[in-house]
This record gives sequence, structure tokens and C-alpha cells, in this order.
Amino acid sequence: MAGYAQPTSLAEAVTLLGDGGWTVLAGGTDVYPALGETPLTSPVMDISRLGDLRGIAPSPDGGIRIGALTTWTDIVRASLPPAFRALQQAAREVGSVQIQNRATIAGNLCNASPAADGVPPLLALDARVELASRSGSRTLPLSDFIQGNRKTARDSGELLTFIHVPAAGLRGNSAFFKLGSRRYLVISIAMIAARLAADGNGIITDAAVAVGACSAVAQRLPALESALIGKNLQAAAGIAAPQHLAVLSPIDDVRAPAGYRMEAALEGVRRALTMAGEGASA
Amino acid sequence: MNRHVPPPAIACTVNGRKTELKSSPHERLSVVLRCELGLTGTKVGCDAGDCGACTVLVDGAPVCACLTAAAQVTGCSVTTLEGLSQDGRLTRLQDAFLEFGAAQCGICTPGMLMSAAALLDATPAPSKRDVEDALGGVLCRCTGYAKIIDAVLFAAGSNAVRSPAQAGTSVGQPIRRVDGEPKVDGREQFGADGVPADALMVKLIRSPHHHARFEIGDTATFLDAHPGLVAVMTAADIPGTNIHGTIPPFADQPVFAESVARFRGEAIAMVVGEREAIAALDMSQFPVSWEPLTHALKPAEALNTGSPLLHQNRAGNVMVRGMVQKGNVDDGLAKATHVIKRSYSTPFVEHAYIEPEAGWAVRDGDTIVIHGCTQAPHLDRESTAPILDLADSQVRIVPSACGGGFGSKLDLSFQPYIALAAWKLGRSCGIVYTRQESMRSTTKRHPSEITLKAGCDATGRITGFDFSGTFNTGAYASWGPTVANRVPVHASGPFHIENYRAQSVAVHTHCAPSGAFRGFGVPQSAVAQESVFDELADIAGIDRLEFRLINALDNGLPTATGQVFESGVGIKACLEALRDPYAKAREAAGAFNKKGGHLRKGVGLGTCWYGCGNTSLPNPSTMKVGIDAAGTVWLHQGAMDIGQGASTVMVQIMADALGVPADAIRLKSGDTAITPDAGKTSASRQTFVSGNATRLAGEALREQLLRHANVAADASIRLEPGALVLTDGDGERRIDLSGLEADPEGYVFKAVETYDPPTTPLDENGQGEPYAVFGYGAHMMELTVDTRLGTVKLDRLTAVHDVGRAINPLLVEGQIEGGAAQGIGLALMEDYIPGRTENLHDYLIPTFGDMPEVKSIIVEVPDPHGPYGAKGLGEHVLIPTAPAILNAIRDATGACVRHLPATPDKVLAAIRAKEQGDG
Repeated sequence: MAGYAQPTSLAEAVTLLGDGGWTVLAGGTDVYPALGETPLTSPVMDISRLGDLRGIAPSPDGGIRIGALTTWTDIVRASLPPAFRALQQAAREVGSVQIQNRATIAGNLCNASPAADGVPPLLALDARVELASRSGSRTLPLSDFIQGNRKTARDSGELLTFIHVPAAGLRGNSAFFKLGSRRYLVISIAMIAARLAADGNGIITDAAVAVGACSAVAQRLPALESALIGKNLQAAAGIAAPQHLAVLSPIDDVRAPAGYRMEAALEGVRRALTMAGEGASA
Repeated sequence: MNRHVPPPAIACTVNGRKTELKSSPHERLSVVLRCELGLTGTKVGCDAGDCGACTVLVDGAPVCACLTAAAQVTGCSVTTLEGLSQDGRLTRLQDAFLEFGAAQCGICTPGMLMSAAALLDATPAPSKRDVEDALGGVLCRCTGYAKIIDAVLFAAGSNAVRSPAQAGTSVGQPIRRVDGEPKVDGREQFGADGVPADALMVKLIRSPHHHARFEIGDTATFLDAHPGLVAVMTAADIPGTNIHGTIPPFADQPVFAESVARFRGEAIAMVVGEREAIAALDMSQFPVSWEPLTHALKPAEALNTGSPLLHQNRAGNVMVRGMVQKGNVDDGLAKATHVIKRSYSTPFVEHAYIEPEAGWAVRDGDTIVIHGCTQAPHLDRESTAPILDLADSQVRIVPSACGGGFGSKLDLSFQPYIALAAWKLGRSCGIVYTRQESMRSTTKRHPSEITLKAGCDATGRITGFDFSGTFNTGAYASWGPTVANRVPVHASGPFHIENYRAQSVAVHTHCAPSGAFRGFGVPQSAVAQESVFDELADIAGIDRLEFRLINALDNGLPTATGQVFESGVGIKACLEALRDPYAKAREAAGAFNKKGGHLRKGVGLGTCWYGCGNTSLPNPSTMKVGIDAAGTVWLHQGAMDIGQGASTVMVQIMADALGVPADAIRLKSGDTAITPDAGKTSASRQTFVSGNATRLAGEALREQLLRHANVAADASIRLEPGALVLTDGDGERRIDLSGLEADPEGYVFKAVETYDPPTTPLDENGQGEPYAVFGYGAHMMELTVDTRLGTVKLDRLTAVHDVGRAINPLLVEGQIEGGAAQGIGLALMEDYIPGRTENLHDYLIPTFGDMPEVKSIIVEVPDPHGPYGAKGLGEHVLIPTAPAILNAIRDATGACVRHLPATPDKVLAAIRAKEQGDG
């Protein structure tokens, strides 16, 4: 029978984890489906009892810190600044209520699915992730953490403990747009998070746009973001153009062909910008 | 470090009771609840969080038990369906599910109820949207969701109401289903629920390749290396013939493949062992070597010369052809004013019932008893007996509740394996398919490639109709011959066409067998026929509804097979019922579209007709009814209720035929040892064929009672303990039942009657009378297309069905809503790709949020043969939906989608094509 550890402190968890070979279990919504028809044979470290890792709190630097074990339901119910609306809207789209009640934000990142709903909103918040191990902790940008399809920078001895959104990431208002072939329980064809901040005249001062499910790792659109700065909020959607999506590299799969993904992503970007623009004025 | 941390005692509260769980800490909570605690009210549909059937509450929050580790509920309060009832009484929510017909087969019902209970706890007065959001994680394949929403809103005290059953006769009343309560309180036993705790479990070794030669290695060493495993069995262990098939002349499917596997998922061997040993088994350890061979997954590949033959006796991989022709098609098309020719295709469609195949078998002396889910107990018996080299009488099928079937559970699947294991090993043997193996190995809807050339004159009369369909029938015959025969008969739709030719061919490929799926190929052919009719109407400048009325069948007009009905043809009545709603919907869509913008509304029509029962073949049902000495009426009801409501319908018919209230009738259901053969639950035949047998049995029993008491034909019958009281104009006669001699079954009165619908064989041109009855219908879909994304939002479906007589209008609505949901899936999202969409997150079926509002209109044009005029309905309901959607998309945008499913990318591509002028 596979071993099963249920540490109650982070220190205990990272000490055990240092030995390697563990399957880390939190909400279980990726671990169990990934088994397919095979039995669970590797040792399991169930981190769900690390209560300190659950919850959302202000950080000393004026940003916001999200614990790894914070569930999507926690995020839906939290009182958060408008910059988090995309993340909260995405939280409602993760699987189903049953999934949202169990699945954790860190699990979504560590699973590193190209279609992870949580990633574009967090990219648009300039999020960083903190990893703890026996030898201490390190923090790196989310965009560096997720390295490919099902591939992250996490070493087997590390645990993702917190997600940090810096003060700068809290500026403005955000929106999430998800496209799938059915309403509930659907893996995205494309999804977009956009965050816009503007001055009192409606001139865009901050722009962050990220697209998921259209490349191995969700991508920010820096060219579009630059083009948006200094423009009026009303004009934002019209500024988005095909060349801004050049960083994407969608594939053909059962959900959609690549060409459609590009076309839909552009339309989704425009819609997300329009939604984010409503209420982005300072 | 100690990897083997001793499992902590898992102390938790389950349904209010403090419990210490002994299971492994990482065991799925669903397994713990079902196997350790025996709480089988929690169902397992996918083991992946895709279906929500296993939803339980952990500290009040709904979660998927299949994704929750046992150790994670330490200190928590877990509530399952068994814990929902209060003091043994149903909650208002559970009662509402019964009242509104929200549970059909009942397999998703636990997930629905638990999700709804959590919602109502947090949100006492939810909106419809709240209900959809809260229950959106639970899939249902039967109901189309509408009745579930109604039930939850009613339980919350909203104003959703349904008209209560009226007093008086039973037929025509929307009574609650007679088998409903166990479905809402967790007692219902599906295939996996009754497997004895000490049963050996069976696991099948299946081909991972589409086509491969294989050699099984040293199984003795394999068994030795795996304590707890008892046996490995292969084709060599089969005492009888290693072959089965639903249509005997075509039987070709081995129980275990021998040396060559012909599709991915085909069984080649089985491992039998103790439950824990099977659960822990890594199947990749099984000693087998594979040599992949060239495969053909599409008919075009399989028809190529040089493509390997699936079966040596079927040249060119052609299994069978079908044809119906009359008049002169070429002349008809030549004289047409307008002619178009179009091609269509549809993919494999998976039945996706939420209950994967499951059951168990036990040897009882010289009899093998097979428990499990099925649509056809007597067919199972006849098919299994020769495999075990037993007489039919030595095989007893005891059907469990059936968690959805839709055609696929007509075929043998798990039955021969557990029967063989139990027969040889002398112990109970169970099996539970995983979702993946259910999808890989069981039958599918036939993919189709259809070309239709049709023409009409200036007045809109169809003058010629030339249809050709190629159907991918997979590796084995299953119901392929039925599809090949039914399609040419039905391809005309419910229309009068003088010059007609419809040809079909079923082609073998290295795919899972295509078989029966609600409609037997007719939903595919209707896509072509209804789309072409819409285009022709437009070209001829005739309103699309009028075009259909101009061509509609009617009493006295011959069908494509030359059959003439003197009464009961209801398509015109269905179309007429749409006249006003259609005009209003067109007007509303036009007004909306005038405003411009990227959202476009459209209105589309589709029609159906469908013959009830076997095509030109005997198709009898037998029903038995008896009265015991205690004065109880027992109906031996063998028409499998797979959720559609056959048990309720038979009770209602029996009640009126005998002249007693419906609640006076008790059921003995679906056990081949005690119920006569009522045939298969397929071909929309049960209400019509078994309903007639029930009516005849009821009338015969009534006749016996009247004669015995010597009372008038209109006498009333009252059941009392141990007595019957018959009253006519001359007064009351009392029959003391204790004074009568009971037969061996304990009955003092009994009647057994059989009904077989009158049909005639089809000649070489497909002319004849294939069915005694057709049912008719027409759907109108209103929808909105997002022309920038290609997404389709369904707004409202108006579904008109001529059912002859609605025995139970509530069940009729349930069939319509559920069938429409499957039609929606066919039109917009479903696409089974072997090796790729073998789960319920890559293979999509509609969820709560994908359904339009459904308005059902029941039309009753009585059929002279049907019981009380009733016609079948089960398959009709999904035929018009997909074409109505495609026609509405075209109405909205001008874009024609001819290759299903109409996913957003295909809709957008069709819109672009239209814009570029080649639509």
C-alpha cells in the first residue's frame, strides 16, 4: 500500500518532501483524475491540513497574499479589489461548484495545464509564487514558474506556499472571458484576463492582458499592453489587433483548430478589454 | 523518513453518526462510502469529477466523493443521500423530484439532490440561474434538466406548479412514476450497487490498439506474482461458442478476441480476483505482447481495395446494404424546377449514460443468475446461454435498475464475463466498468456520410428524392443491419414522395461496434433531409413551414414503402400546431436582427416520423396479471423501465383495462424467471407493443371476473382484503377469494396475453408495411448566433409530438425534454474519437446551461392499433432537434453547417464561407 502523510506544519511538510518521490495532494481534483484506470501507488503527501496556507490577506508591501490552499470558492466569496474581478470570475468557471469547493489555487498552477483557468488572471495581476523547501524559500514570477505543458519550476522538494500580488498589480479593474463548447464543466478553447487602470480622464495608465489555452503556457500580450497605454478606455477594444497575438502558438485539438483559436482569442481580448474598461476609471 | 506512516484512524461523522473509517487514507471517499459503509446511494459515473453523480456534502459543501481522499474527511461531517431524508420521511426537495418527474433513470439523482440541498441551505429562495449554477456540475442524460430545475424551485417555495393528477381513469393522468421513491432516497440498486461484498471481481484486459495481433504470455507466473488473484480466462475457457450478436444471422462478436483484436477496447482476457487485489492491480503487468496491424477507422479507408478485411465472409468490408425505392427518381429529378445536391456527415456519438455497465453473477445449481443493468433481459439470456453451452432455461437474468441505456444496453457487454467466471469458479463474481472502458468498448451511434439530391416543382412539391448514406458500423455487426434497414424506410421524413430512392451501406472499420442509439440512424438521415428541404423551400420562394405542409404525409397517402394508413397520420397536426408560434418567432427574430450587431437570431424547423417496433419482423410482447387470494393485483411487467417510465405506463394501462385504481396494482418486474418476455426496450415499442399486451391481459382478466360474478360489462370492481366486490345495475356481487383454488403461482385469477404488431415483409424494392404504427413530431428552435465567435445560444424549443394518446403526459414531457437534450448534443458538441475522447471532459454532453426553455405541445391523433390510441415516442423526440438547430443557424446567418457537431469553429467557418459567397 502506498504511504500517506498528512503533515500539520509547513516545516514537517518540507522536511518530508525533501526525500522526494511524493505525490502532493490538496484538493484532489487533478491527482485523482490523472490516475485514469491505474491504482494510486506512489506515496501521497496530503497537505490539506496546513491551515496556515489557506486564506487571503494583505501583505506588508501593500499587495495581497493568497495561501496555496485557498480554494476557488474561497476566492469567489472573498472581498477583493476590482483588479481581482478576473480571478473571481475565473474562479466561478473552474469545473463546477464541487470542484471549486475542493480545488486549490496552487494546485491549478502546479498542474500547469495550458487551459488552467486561474493562470491568465494571475498573470494579469503580475503574480509571483513562493516556494518553500528544507533549505528555505524563493519567490519567482508566475510567468517563470510555469514552463510548459504540465511543467513547472517546482523542484520535487519544494512546496508552493503562497501567491503574491504586488501593490502595482492591484491597480484598476479586471475582467475574464472564457470560451468553451458548453456552459458548465468545460475546458476552455480560449480564455482571456484583462486588467486596465485609467486616470480621471479615462486615459489608460496600466494595462495587463493574458491569454490562456492558446499556447503551452498562458501568455501576456506585451505589445498590446504598450499600445493601450495613454489611450482612452473607450478605444481599448478597437486597439487590439492580430499582430498583438503573435506571441501565441495555439494547437489543433479536439476542442478547436489553431486558426479558430487565434480568431476567437482576438475577439475575446476585445471583449475582456471592454468589460475591464467599465469601471476602470480612477 | 518513514514513508509508511501508519494510517491514522479516520474519525468522522457520516449522516449524523460518528464513524471510524478503516479504509486506506488515500482511498477515494466514494469507494469508502459504497464499499466500507454500504452507502450505495452515492453513485460513481466517471471517477474524474466530470459527472457529479458522486456528490456528497462535506461540512455542508458539495464535493465529488471520487476526488476526495478518505483521510481528508477526518473530523468532518459527511452527508450522503441516505442522510437527506428526515426520520425516514422524504424532504420537500425529494418529494418535489417525484412530483415533477425530475428523476428518470435515477443514476444522477443523488448528485442532483445533494447539490440542490446545499443550494437551498445557503440560498432559500434561488433564481433559475442560481439553480443552474449550483447543479451545473452534475450531468444528466435522461431529463434535459428542465424538470430538475422546476423541482428545486418548487421545493424552495417558488410558484412553479404542475397540475395535480385528476381523479378518475388512469390513462391520460400525469401520475408520479410508480418506481420513483427509491430513486430519491438512495435505495435504488443499480448494476454496481448489489455486488456482494465477498464477490470476486472481474477485470478485463483490453486492446490498446485499433487493430493488433496479440499473444498472451505466462499467466501462471502472473497469477503467482499477484496474491489475491484467482484466475485468468480467455477464449479457450469458453465452454460454448465464443460469439454473440443481437441479430443472429449477423452474430460475429467474440466474447474474447482470439489472436487478433479488431478495435481499441476489445476484450482479450479477464483477470478474476478478490476485490482488493483487483483494485490494486496494475493492468500493464498483464503478460501480453502486441503487434499493431494496419487499421481503417473511416469507411473510405475500409472500402479501399487492399484494406484488411474485418471479416473474411464480408467482401470489401461491406456488412450489409439497404434500399427502398419507388417511382422513377431520375425522371422525377429531371422534371424538377429546382434541384439541389448536398452532403452531410455526423460523427460517432456515445450514449454517455451516467451508469457504466455493471453487475454480478452467481451460480445456483445448474442455473447461472446474472444481475445487472440491461435493456433486454430475455435477449441477454438467449445470447449468453450458447456462450456457456447452457439451455436458455439455465440462464436467469435479474435486471438491476438501469442507469440509462438509450440503445447501448441492448447488447451484451459485461454479462458473459461474470457469468463465465461465476460458472467456473463457483463464487459470486462482479464487474464494474470504468468510464473509459464503457466508452471504448460499448456501442455508439453510427457515424454517417450522406448525400442527398432532391428536387421540387414550382409549387414546392418534391418530385424526386435520391438519398445515399454510408454508415461506419465498426468492427462487429451489433445493430448495424437495423440501421441499414431503418434509414431507407425513414429517410423521406414524414412526407409523401412519389419518386424515391434511398440506399444505405454499413461498412466495417476498426472501431468499437456501432449499434443501437435512439433512432437507429434516423437522426442522421433527418439532418440531411430537413436541411435540404429548408434550402429547397428558399430556392422555390416558399415559406419553410408551408413547404413541409405541402409535402406532408396524410391519411390515405402512401409512404416511401408504399404503406397507406387510413387514419392516425399526425404530421400535419404537428406542423399546424407550430403555425402561430412560428410566425411569432420569425417576427421576433426579424425585429431583433433589424437592430444590427454581431448577435443574430434565427428560427429553425425539423420534423420526424418513426416506426414503432421491429422493421417487418415479429415483435411480440407478453404480459401476465394475476390476483392472489389476498386480493392483490400483480402485474408481471417485463418491459424494462430504463428511466423512460414503462412500469408506470403499464400500471396505468392495466388499471384502466381491468377497471381498478392505479395504486391497487403491484409490480413484479423484469426477472426472466418470473416475468414473461416483453421484448426489448428499444424501437419506441414498449408503450405501443407491451402496452397493448398489458391492455389485452387486463381486459382478459376483467372478462374472467365479470363472468365469474355474472355481472354486466360495465360493472365496477372493488378490491378488498381477500375479496373482490363487483357492482352493476343489479347490485353488488362479492367474490370471496379464500374460497377459490390458487394456481402454483398463488393466483386465483390470472390472464396472460401477447400482442404482436401486424407488419408485412419488404420486397426487393423495400416496398411493404414495415410498421403497424408511426409517431410524428415537429420541433421549432429559436436561437442566437454570435457571429464573431460562432457560438450558439439556444433560446427556446417548441416541441410538438403526436403521441396518439399520452398515457402519462408528465412522462411524455420528460421524454421530449430529455430527447431534445440528446439532439442538442448531436447538433452542437458530441464527437466520439476512438483513443481521444474516451472520458466525459473531452467528450461533451449538454449541461444545465446548454438547454433552451422547452415548450412541449402534445398532439393526440389516435392510432387504431395503439393502446387507447397511443403511439411510441422514445426515439422520435431527438430526431427533429438537430436539424431544427442547423436550420435556425442558417436562418440567423445564412451559414450552412453540414458536418456535425456544429462547434463554434465550424459555425464561424460557415459564416465566413457564406460571407465569401460560397456557402
